[in-house]
Amino acid sequence: MTVPAAEPGGPGTEGPHPVPDASADPYDLVVIGAGPAGLTGAVTAAELGLTVALVDSAARPGGQYYRHPAPALGAGRPPAPHHDWTPFTDLGHRLAASRSLTHLTEHHVWSVARESDGTWTAHAVTGADGTDGRPVRTRGRALLLATGAHERHLPFPGWTLPGVVGAGGAQAMLSAGLVLPGRRVVVAGSGPLLLAVAASLAAAGARVPAVVEAAGYLRYARKPRVLAANPRKAAEALTYGAGLLRHRVRLHPRSAVTRVHGTERVEAVTVARLDRDWRPLPGTGRRIDCDALAVGHGLVPQIELATAVGCATRVLPDGTRGLALGADQETSVPGLWAAGETGGVGGAELARAEGETAARAIAARLLGRRADPARTALLRRRRDRLRAFADAMAAAHTPGPGWTGWLTDDTEICRCEEVPAGRVREAVTDLGARDPRTVKLLTRAGMGWCQGRMCGTAVACLASRGAPAPPPPDRRLLAVPVPLSALAAEEGEPWEPGLPEIREVPKDGEAPRVPEPPAAPRPPDSPRAPGSPEAACAPRPRPTP
Amino acid sequence: MRPTRRTPALAREVPDVIVVGAGMVGAACAFHAARAGLTVTVVDRGAVAGGTTGAGEGNLLVSDKEPGPELELALLSATLWAELAPLLPEDAEYEAKGGLVVASDETGLRALRAFAARQEKAGVTLRAVPGDALHDLEPYLAPGLAGGVHYPQDAQVMPALAAARLLRAGGGRITLRLGTEVTRVLTGPDGAVRGVRTTAGDLHAPHVVNAAGTWGGELARLAGVHLPVLPRRGFVLVTEPLPRLVRHKVYAADYVADVGSDSAALQTSAVVEGTPAGPVLIGASRERVGFDRTLSTEALRRLAAGATALFPVLAGARALRTYAGFRPYLPDHLPAIGPDPRVPGLLHACGHEGAGIGLAPATGLLVTACLTGARPPLDPHPFRPDRFPAGTP
Repeated sequence: MTVPAAEPGGPGTEGPHPVPDASADPYDLVVIGAGPAGLTGAVTAAELGLTVALVDSAARPGGQYYRHPAPALGAGRPPAPHHDWTPFTDLGHRLAASRSLTHLTEHHVWSVARESDGTWTAHAVTGADGTDGRPVRTRGRALLLATGAHERHLPFPGWTLPGVVGAGGAQAMLSAGLVLPGRRVVVAGSGPLLLAVAASLAAAGARVPAVVEAAGYLRYARKPRVLAANPRKAAEALTYGAGLLRHRVRLHPRSAVTRVHGTERVEAVTVARLDRDWRPLPGTGRRIDCDALAVGHGLVPQIELATAVGCATRVLPDGTRGLALGADQETSVPGLWAAGETGGVGGAELARAEGETAARAIAARLLGRRADPARTALLRRRRDRLRAFADAMAAAHTPGPGWTGWLTDDTEICRCEEVPAGRVREAVTDLGARDPRTVKLLTRAGMGWCQGRMCGTAVACLASRGAPAPPPPDRRLLAVPVPLSALAAEEGEPWEPGLPEIREVPKDGEAPRVPEPPAAPRPPDSPRAPGSPEAACAPRPRPTP
Repeated sequence: MRPTRRTPALAREVPDVIVVGAGMVGAACAFHAARAGLTVTVVDRGAVAGGTTGAGEGNLLVSDKEPGPELELALLSATLWAELAPLLPEDAEYEAKGGLVVASDETGLRALRAFAARQEKAGVTLRAVPGDALHDLEPYLAPGLAGGVHYPQDAQVMPALAAARLLRAGGGRITLRLGTEVTRVLTGPDGAVRGVRTTAGDLHAPHVVNAAGTWGGELARLAGVHLPVLPRRGFVLVTEPLPRLVRHKVYAADYVADVGSDSAALQTSAVVEGTPAGPVLIGASRERVGFDRTLSTEALRRLAAGATALFPVLAGARALRTYAGFRPYLPDHLPAIGPDPRVPGLLHACGHEGAGIGLAPATGLLVTACLTGARPPLDPHPFRPDRFPAGTP
């Protein structure tokens, strides 16, 4: 059942019902994200007999990967390059057929919390852009996070000009609205997505004068066994390659767009060769005319809901951070599971395998049954094979430390707060910043609308001064902006000091959690005797934190 | 052996004083010490402003202090901040904006006025504002409030930048050793401080200042003394950038009268202020939960409800982020400032609870006076660090 934000309804009900919240019975499972991982997890869990809430910010299922044209556009399915459409059609049928699954659309989850009884609450705001102001709480006995990933960006001079779009964004524009970012589009960055984007653009009628890839493709050859074990992935690459040949797209390996030219919008780009560390080689710059640039450097797992409750992370081969997960996809926090890109970017097939693995493990735990051993083993093999392939790809596309060499001091790093690279460098060299958080405090980089999703990689690289230090886990206690009216309308709860269970959670650089007794009541207006420890604090306003 | 005189060349290796903690208080101690001619090495296990300094709003307040030693410290600090401001670049956002404390009903207003009358006797500049004049000061305040008190001495600063800029303003006499954790306080055979052992080697100096904020108790323990600094968590809620809707630091005074609420572990009171960069900052919650950074939706609910009750116009604004900070508090809610008689050469400058940014300059001046033997700018006795017997929490 699909329950849009505007029409509340409950699980297994016919007519309109209040949206289940913390006061109602919990679902067995709350799944956040309706992309390949979440959708697979939700329908699998429902088929295994669990009541499931599938919470997603979009109006229709599919996530970023299965993004498809709005019905009003009249296109039944996405353009030709989407090679992976059948599984989604299948998932759609299973979603529609499920009686114990509630699909909560246009619900933007801003926080998840474990209650004292061990259940989980997902706090969401509703509406297309989350500004309806009505808070919704969805409670579940288990929680599956399938929140996907966002694009990784490395800035360069001119990247804020109109006509520069994210590679994933270009793909999404094509899938959702069938619009091209330009007529002559250079595709640049690093990662397997570039070939797919170039193929999609060319198939949709754009001229693609160049695909500029910062990594050397030969690096894949270092893991021949992983490649051989994934024939389907190899075939995918061949398909793109053939398509690109047909459209006379030229591939520039070990190169990068180091500058965008134009005044009102993109007119051309400079493509330079890179050394092994991605440092631009002087004198190799070549100008390529174009009216748009689609650029991306892979994806970053979107895991702030999990890190906010203390889930352990791991550094991925491409230098990003994903959640550290157990064999059955459980995070380090019991009862909280994750699937898909949250554990490391690996594509839709891997996401589906992980979503199903998680759903089976959750059902086994909640129902007290043993999971189907044959199916579990099959899923694990598939997952491990695909994960190994994803790791090999990720390692090949890790940005080299020299990429900051193409940043000029006036290149904008944080677009929301308009912070140039020079200010970030000053904060690091002169003002004592050593990590992204301090850079943010001293420059405002990352304080704006996107909360550092766009500039996070660049800031982390500049903060570490080229050292290969992986960025610390993102901490965004609010995963999406929340209207104050919605926060204020959250249902008040009796406050139980000190009751939440203390979990030992590893957090970089933070002191362990120390349980503490609640503050003792203080007598009103006792006189304060300086130096006497038993003197009570006289009540006084003290609003500073 | 404690070196007493050094040539400038040696001073770089053996400074006059080591300050542990590169937050606002450590920066102010280093700055004043450097200005008095001492050489200073500032050691921090993290970055500049990486602890509570980076988690606060940057309040420089006299309005929330009752008459007593802390208010004296705050009044001195207010003067010092006004002198420091021209030394800091504009990005430190020093604003002498003034504070406005409002009461929603007559009972609250009476308590507020009584409180203010005592403050005025102690030297605070303030002005009673009748209910119908509140909107002259804050046009977007909710209608129907009983009245308030305007405190022109209240100011605000961007705390992380202020600390970083102050350390820079100290010039070549200040050396920063960041990412360096103190693991031991070194003492000589006579029990006096010789320096600190760090993860990057030993650093020697005849004086060590404990400006480790919320972690000041741990550093005291490394020196073998008891200083019961404990964390008191607070959340700050930050909105999207908005046009200037809130001109002063505005907060509700209801709890001046509502002493009963003190017993709750989670206390919240609406504190609202705009910033030059646009976002509105909303505080303040306080609870004792150790160093737990997990989001409390209940704290956020109360902050949002309090802020929108004061400024209904904010209901449609979106909160972009929130963060927790840990106020370092001592049982009697006064900071520990000055030499520790138990360990010669050890000085403390921590435990300022939520007021460390505001109280930092006076603290730095007082610590420097102790280091140089100059006449202290105010009576240090109430802040003596050995005032807590070993049995206290």
